[in-house]
Amino acid sequence: MVSRVDTPSDKPPKKPVVETKKSVVIRFAGDSGDGMQLTGTEFTRAVAIAGNDIATFPDYPAEIRAPVGTLAGVSGYQLHFSSEAIHTPGDAPDVLVVMNPAALKRSLAELPRGGMIIANSGAFTDANLQKVGYQKNPLEDGSLEGYRVFAVDMQAHCKNALEGMAGIDFKEVSRSKNMWALGLMYWLFNRPVDKQLEWLKDKFKKNPAILEANLRVFKAGHAFGDTVELFHETYQVDSAPMEAGTYRNVMGNQMTALGLATAAVKAGLPMFFGAYPITPASDVLHNIAKFKNYGVTTFQAEDEIAAMCSAIGAAYGGVLGVTCTSGPGFALKLEAMGLAVMMELPVVIIDVQRAGPSTGLPTKTEQSDLLQALYGRNGDSPLAVIAAQSPVDCFATAIEAVRIATKYMTPVVVLTDGYIANGAEPWKLPDVEKDIPPIEVKFRTDPNGYQVYGRDPQTLARAWVRPGTPKMEHRVGGLEKDFLTGMVSYDNVNHQKMVDVRADKVLRMRQDISASVVDGAQEGDLLVVGWGGTYGALKQSVQRLAASGKKIGHLHLRWLNPLPGDLEAVFARFKKVIVCELNGTSKSGGQLWRHLRAELLVPALHYTKVQGTPFTTAELGAAFEAVLRGEPAPSSLKV
Amino acid sequence: MTSANAPQPPSPPAPSSPGGNGLVKLTRKDFQSKSEVRWCPGCGDYAVLATVQRLMPELGVPRENMVFVSGIGCSSRFPYYMETYGMHTVHGRAPALATGLKVARPDLDVWVITGDGDSLAIGGNHTLHMLRRNPTLKVLLFNNRIYGLTKGQYSPSSEQGKVSKSSPMGAVDYPINPLQFALGCQASFIARAVDVDKGLYEVLQKAHAHKGTAYVEILQNCVVFNDGAWFDIRDNKDTKPKAQLILVDKQPMLFDGGKKGIGFDRATMKPFVIDLAAEPGRANEVLVHDETDPSGSMAHVLAGMSYPEFPVPLGVLRRHTRATYEDMVWAQNKKAAEKGVGDLQKLIYSGDLWDVK
Repeated sequence: MVSRVDTPSDKPPKKPVVETKKSVVIRFAGDSGDGMQLTGTEFTRAVAIAGNDIATFPDYPAEIRAPVGTLAGVSGYQLHFSSEAIHTPGDAPDVLVVMNPAALKRSLAELPRGGMIIANSGAFTDANLQKVGYQKNPLEDGSLEGYRVFAVDMQAHCKNALEGMAGIDFKEVSRSKNMWALGLMYWLFNRPVDKQLEWLKDKFKKNPAILEANLRVFKAGHAFGDTVELFHETYQVDSAPMEAGTYRNVMGNQMTALGLATAAVKAGLPMFFGAYPITPASDVLHNIAKFKNYGVTTFQAEDEIAAMCSAIGAAYGGVLGVTCTSGPGFALKLEAMGLAVMMELPVVIIDVQRAGPSTGLPTKTEQSDLLQALYGRNGDSPLAVIAAQSPVDCFATAIEAVRIATKYMTPVVVLTDGYIANGAEPWKLPDVEKDIPPIEVKFRTDPNGYQVYGRDPQTLARAWVRPGTPKMEHRVGGLEKDFLTGMVSYDNVNHQKMVDVRADKVLRMRQDISASVVDGAQEGDLLVVGWGGTYGALKQSVQRLAASGKKIGHLHLRWLNPLPGDLEAVFARFKKVIVCELNGTSKSGGQLWRHLRAELLVPALHYTKVQGTPFTTAELGAAFEAVLRGEPAPSSLKV
Repeated sequence: MTSANAPQPPSPPAPSSPGGNGLVKLTRKDFQSKSEVRWCPGCGDYAVLATVQRLMPELGVPRENMVFVSGIGCSSRFPYYMETYGMHTVHGRAPALATGLKVARPDLDVWVITGDGDSLAIGGNHTLHMLRRNPTLKVLLFNNRIYGLTKGQYSPSSEQGKVSKSSPMGAVDYPINPLQFALGCQASFIARAVDVDKGLYEVLQKAHAHKGTAYVEILQNCVVFNDGAWFDIRDNKDTKPKAQLILVDKQPMLFDGGKKGIGFDRATMKPFVIDLAAEPGRANEVLVHDETDPSGSMAHVLAGMSYPEFPVPLGVLRRHTRATYEDMVWAQNKKAAEKGVGDLQKLIYSGDLWDVK
């Protein structure tokens, strides 16, 4: 069914039926210049404030403006909102809002039959259709039979709404159609518009003409739903039963920055944040650059190496050194990370992983830097590696990294990824006094008996001494040092002792790792093991199967190095273990799989995917069911 | 909220602080670490180390506030020999580490020790950005025109045609002139000295007094792999007076015992040598050195002069005061602090909030 109504009917409109739904997945898709990310984030804010649980998946091209109307230029934003607890942005959309033929072509295969398409018919011109290989207009040729299609010339409606406004040109009319679509979505999902109007007023307060245009177009989109008899029902998604508290809607990179600033305050320690811009990590720098009043000094370095080195220099000065990057930048930092291992200084390195190798797919997610983080340096160069599992969890992970780095005098790598970095979810705000414990940092000022590499017996950390402390002048550096005095030492036995103690220090961190918690079945047939941003999809998939009586459990690792000490015992409770991650191949296995096999000799199975997108719960569910039946897990390419 | 977290750059301890060294007059020996110095016998680095250790007690800076940062190479072992704080870091990256340290701790007196391979090859980029940002760092470039620690390959400052282990038929690379490079990077202070000459002491004194990055090229001899690299300027008593132009601020640029001077031809925009012995009447044409000239245009001319066409300028070529990087960074930090310092409640409870009852 294709409904095409471009002019409101004269008859008084019939009120559509309100249908209540548990969850809805909307995907906004259009050209890179169509403002889809903005529409998506604005609508996300609206549903979050209405109390729905949310999860989002922005998916945009690496090019700022790929050629207009092409498949390469399609930018998408998927929002899952629900009256129940949800953990993923949804496998497939229920509603597809497409601004041009390219957006339709890219997303249609994922839309289930019966799904709703709201298409900007004005952009379905012959030229645009040809660009993406449509011989005929799919809105007219019957090929969309089985979907509920609403074809609306949004551009024409925008033009009408803006008629007579001075100072508005064609470009601005064209650019405002995302606001029109947003207005229609507000109507379709029965959201109060007042807040949105306030936000628009705030956003465009410096430009009254643009504000007026946006308000008119947004209201026109909303009124369109009201006045045409196009839609027979609207939808209501009730608020989710969430824990009482104050909430805000947050994204992963923002949470990493908030976590770092919080840690700086909690440690009573100034922080030096050196970074070089790189997708998808730059937002951490952008966010933290606003936190200068939290003891954070930011430094945009000339390159990734300088960013890392400046952080180490600051750390020697008794200031917490932090740097943030993505895979290719992380590769450049590795040599200097080895220096931080050797000098035993507290530095935090955040890697917002993206698809590689090389430049790879800069805006697409992957988990393929694990081995690089664990083993990517010359020599035996162990350091702590931890991973964040969700946008909100980036906050706690950043704080944990600061705590470990200062407690053990060591570099700590934090792995996040493009998916959680840009994904949004509601955050129940913590009590800043009660919920976030202080971070204890000690500087040694007593020169009596001071040895540069003398160690705390419990943590094996050497003492942190700030330059400026009298009678404790000492040198550190990349050359091997004497086990105690820190003088340069080429002694062969001393080197082995130092390699040992650097490794032992990392193993000591196990005393800071809490007991592993398995979700779902506590023992039985299959343990699903994951790490990082796959948390939501794995959790939801396992919960579904566990609820249907399958003996399946889920263990998600925050600590990748050292691994928790109780893993062998947990693995032994299950007949099979499958390691799921967004890296590797179905033949060679994934990186955590390899790491676990090497460390624990566990004959684990693996399930990997490298398509720049998160796991879907459907493909995971199919894989787990196959393994439970005793069959091999299907390739993620075939699901 | 601890006061340590307030965005204030840490201030240097008072000279009389208990346990400090401020009131006790230190000597050169107090700056000699226990590490055995392991440069080759006759290496020019010894002379530089001795000069720096002699200078340190005269600077009025507590020893505990001094930090020496180096990269990799023969000269980069320097920090180990100084009884101060110090870091021996990654090849080429000392400027980046030192910048991080100086910005984080503006109260410290930070020195960078580097060589021609370290800072002009692998670390060229960091050198560029350090100079343009202008943090208060004292940079000592040990230029011996060779890779010493890797046993004798030509370096970015080796002359064209240099026969070395890696260039048996002569290097085809055109060499870099470090001071011209530094000027191109907007360096606020550039100077040059010879490792064994007494002029080094004064140059380092002036470098230390400069607010901003002070970039000092030290013509240093590698006795094993490039002996005589600066022969005419450093070792040959006959050529030395003709090869050295010792710059004195606000004084005429005279050399060869005052018998020659440097003039400047406005038509061709080139310097020239005036033989005052032959033409004493042209004394008024001799340029007067002005190291603080904000335009820096004469510094460019001086930096481009090389022997034997010209004497090589030694001393301070340019000294120009502009805002330092650390001061500007902390000015922003302080301005931001006006919004209130370290209020986590405000940090976390911002944006669009909603309550679930």
